[in-house]
Amino acid sequence: MTGITGGTPSMLPAWGGGAVPRNEPLLAVEDLHVEFATRQGAVKAVNGVDYTLEAGETLAVLGESGSGKSVTAQAIMGILDTPPARVTRGRVLFRGTDLLGLSEENRARVRGRRIAMIFQDALSALNPVFTVGWQIGEMFRVHQGASRRDAERRAVELMDRVRIPGAARRLHDYPHQFSGGMRQRIMIAMAVALEPELLIADEPTTALDVTVQAQIMELLTEIQRESGMGMILITHDLGVVADAADKIAVMYGGRIVEHALVHDAYRAPAHPYTRGLLDSIPRIDRKGRELHAITGLPPNLLDMPPGCSFAPRCPYRQGDCAVEAPPLHRIGPTRGSACHYWREVLDGSHG
Amino acid sequence: MGRYVIRRLLQVIPVLLGATFLIFSVVFALPGDPIASMAGDKRMPPHIVAELTERYHLDDPFLVQYWHYLSGLLQGDFGETFAGGGVSEIIAGKFQVSLNLALTALVMETVVGVGLGFYAALRRGRAQDTLVLAATLLLISVPTLVTGFVLQLLLGVELKRSTGIDFFPISGAFDGWRSYLLPGFVLAGTSIAYLTRLTRTTLAETLRADYVRTAVAKGLPRRRIVGRHALRNALIPVVTYLGADLGTLMGSAVITETIFNLPGLGQELFRSIYERQQPVVVGIVTLLVLVYVLANLVVDLLYAVLDPRIRYE
Amino acid sequence: MSSAAPPKGAPPKTRRARHAKASGRGARTARPAGLWRDAWHDLRRRPLFTVSAVLIAVVLVMAAVPSLFTSVDPYDAAGCVLGDARQGPSAAHWFGTDNQGCDTYARTVYGARNSVLVGLGTTVLTALAGGLLGLVAGFRGGWLDAVLSRVTEVFFAIPSVLGALLILSIFRTGTVWTVTLALAVLAWPMTFRIMRASVITARGQDYVVAARGLGASAGRLMFRHILPNAIAPLIVVSTINLGVFIAAEAGLSFLGLGVQSPDITWGLMIADARARFHEAAGPLLFPAALLSVTVLAFIMLGDAVRDALDPKLR
Repeated sequence: MTGITGGTPSMLPAWGGGAVPRNEPLLAVEDLHVEFATRQGAVKAVNGVDYTLEAGETLAVLGESGSGKSVTAQAIMGILDTPPARVTRGRVLFRGTDLLGLSEENRARVRGRRIAMIFQDALSALNPVFTVGWQIGEMFRVHQGASRRDAERRAVELMDRVRIPGAARRLHDYPHQFSGGMRQRIMIAMAVALEPELLIADEPTTALDVTVQAQIMELLTEIQRESGMGMILITHDLGVVADAADKIAVMYGGRIVEHALVHDAYRAPAHPYTRGLLDSIPRIDRKGRELHAITGLPPNLLDMPPGCSFAPRCPYRQGDCAVEAPPLHRIGPTRGSACHYWREVLDGSHG
Repeated sequence: MGRYVIRRLLQVIPVLLGATFLIFSVVFALPGDPIASMAGDKRMPPHIVAELTERYHLDDPFLVQYWHYLSGLLQGDFGETFAGGGVSEIIAGKFQVSLNLALTALVMETVVGVGLGFYAALRRGRAQDTLVLAATLLLISVPTLVTGFVLQLLLGVELKRSTGIDFFPISGAFDGWRSYLLPGFVLAGTSIAYLTRLTRTTLAETLRADYVRTAVAKGLPRRRIVGRHALRNALIPVVTYLGADLGTLMGSAVITETIFNLPGLGQELFRSIYERQQPVVVGIVTLLVLVYVLANLVVDLLYAVLDPRIRYE
Repeated sequence: MSSAAPPKGAPPKTRRARHAKASGRGARTARPAGLWRDAWHDLRRRPLFTVSAVLIAVVLVMAAVPSLFTSVDPYDAAGCVLGDARQGPSAAHWFGTDNQGCDTYARTVYGARNSVLVGLGTTVLTALAGGLLGLVAGFRGGWLDAVLSRVTEVFFAIPSVLGALLILSIFRTGTVWTVTLALAVLAWPMTFRIMRASVITARGQDYVVAARGLGASAGRLMFRHILPNAIAPLIVVSTINLGVFIAAEAGLSFLGLGVQSPDITWGLMIADARARFHEAAGPLLFPAALLSVTVLAFIMLGDAVRDALDPKLR
């Protein structure tokens, strides 16, 4: 593993681009494994995840709850509860530096400043007893030693930027006094306060009304475009993905089962699970077609079946699926599928 | 917030009425003739008996007597003893002793309870945590009666006998604040244990809260995450417990006061029961009820200050 | 029993099945029988439970048949020799002798009965009175609930030790029964509150709503459907209270308004030994120790039962 010293992170430029060698992606997750210790045994939540992200790019990570998408993000961020969670294998390279090898102190220096995160439920993610101005301004006070007044002034600027009406007036309000959408805007303001290079958005719109969802996604993509930061968008909602993401990674049973450019995946999925997901959402271009739900249950992470974890629910299943776990087949330069029969899936013919 | 305060204030009235009524009716039912017991062995001349009966409304029906008492109370008058002294004056000095004792206990409770709870919460599941929990179990289980005498023996008597250190007075309130050290700790015993458990649980819970995860994601130093974000939330139930406990401590000090010979309200009540000084009995219990109700009122208002979600309801 | 019938308002089958598969007991948690069986299974493996159960068993036997533990009858004054007063522990007197020259060990053993009687009596009274009132108030709601809740607020405002002293002073002489009554009068609001809260929770649950929809009578709803599901907190608190009441009895007897001499109780023994405590600590410390261990045992048992019943801690 690369030797990491305390000085390394500060030697890197604080803002994306610049002098960074081009061959280093912004973020590269390599063979990440995460387990949770429970009374019933070790729950294998993440089982060898790989993905990369360049600056300015948006990666959508898709999957149902329990697929390991949030756990992966929390591992990148370093906010897993350890114990019970434990990263058993893998690396998280951020501009070439393995974050998992950093001391807690150095990691804290990356968090918030260079990698930021927003969460699903902004009401519980914001501290109920501090004003929103205080919570946003804290970023400047703690990380940059800004004065109280200066921090407040910049908090108002940020609140303006995320389009909170009457920002200056609402600086001293508490989180519960805002609507759900406004609270998520406050989370976003706090996350982008120090202009991070990477933003992880964990189901940022799930808890919101449909109309508000669109506004929040719009705001996120706009901020991302202006700042050039990389973004990981974790969601189970395919509708959110199409407009916002450049590429997608579909997770199932703690693994990535398909990764592709977003339009490739939409046009012709290469994994039966992705196909199932796409078939289960209503789409205007497929009007009149029948909607399909994926039958069966997600795999038991305590006791993973041998072979392909999706096999029990898979319409393309063949004999060897239950025996041999499919590797991530390389389909093209930007695409991979962990299915023995990806060709059949891609062709759309049911095995 | 204004409406919250008013609603809370209005809730106090029926409680006070009910409690004073209850106390008054129990005391009314006490056996014995107060005037006769005042005279001791001698027979009281009939005209004095009549005068005293008139003066203390002893012939009036119960409800009328209660009314007289209540209207006096509203003007801050706790009534008169049968010997003619004002109950308020008798109570005042004793109240000071009881208050000192309760405040000492409260300080100890805060320092030890919050400290231990904090310590255990940050080491949840480890040996130190288990040890703290075992200690709270002991503190809850060993009655005041026992801790009082054991500490008196160990720190008051044996310590002096073996080392000559005479730091903990074991009887009376003659040594200023030091007089209250041992009894204060004894009185605080159970509360220390409960507060330790409460602090431990709430802090451990808040440390798992989403907003603490956010604070970690913001890259804040650990000290700030625990000391500001988690603690500020965890303190809400702790502070409210402490406030409410002041009333409880004052009302439950009788045994401690007896063991350490502190002339507080408990001792005075005890004597008044024996001497059939009904006005003093009623006065003391009423006062303690008032303290309890007011302490709870202050706590509820404090709660609103600490938790903005209540303030803006 | 109908209380064990599967909840009518159960979530869709798939979710249930998944839950059951994941936890291994999901389908049973809604039913009290399953809850108790799980709790019992859990309890037996807790050292805290074993220790406290053994201690309680010893104290109960001591209270029932004290002569099993000592051949000395402390109620027989002939056994006390004033010349032997305040002796240290010896072969003849294991715990030494008190100010009257009586055997401290025998007195401590015989003292268990009154403590246990007060503890059990008060616990039963408060559990019945507070529990029943709480059940009705929580189930019916409305004005009855409002009135009862206000009444408990009044009781909570009265300091319990002082309140007990007041009540006891009404009686000419203190006995086990007056102490029990005084404590119960002051403690029932606590059991009332606990029962009421858990009944309100149980009342809203799907199977109760379903049973009501099927036309079950109020009495049947309360005692067959709600009570078995709502009684766990009451049992935990009652167990703990048993210890607390024993401590309270000792306190009241110590103050002189509880059980009176020549009856033997730990509180009275402590009061008697108090005058010469600094010269001879034994007569005070031995009953104090047994008192503490007894209270500890009940509180430990309550803690263990609560941990076993609390699904959150599983």
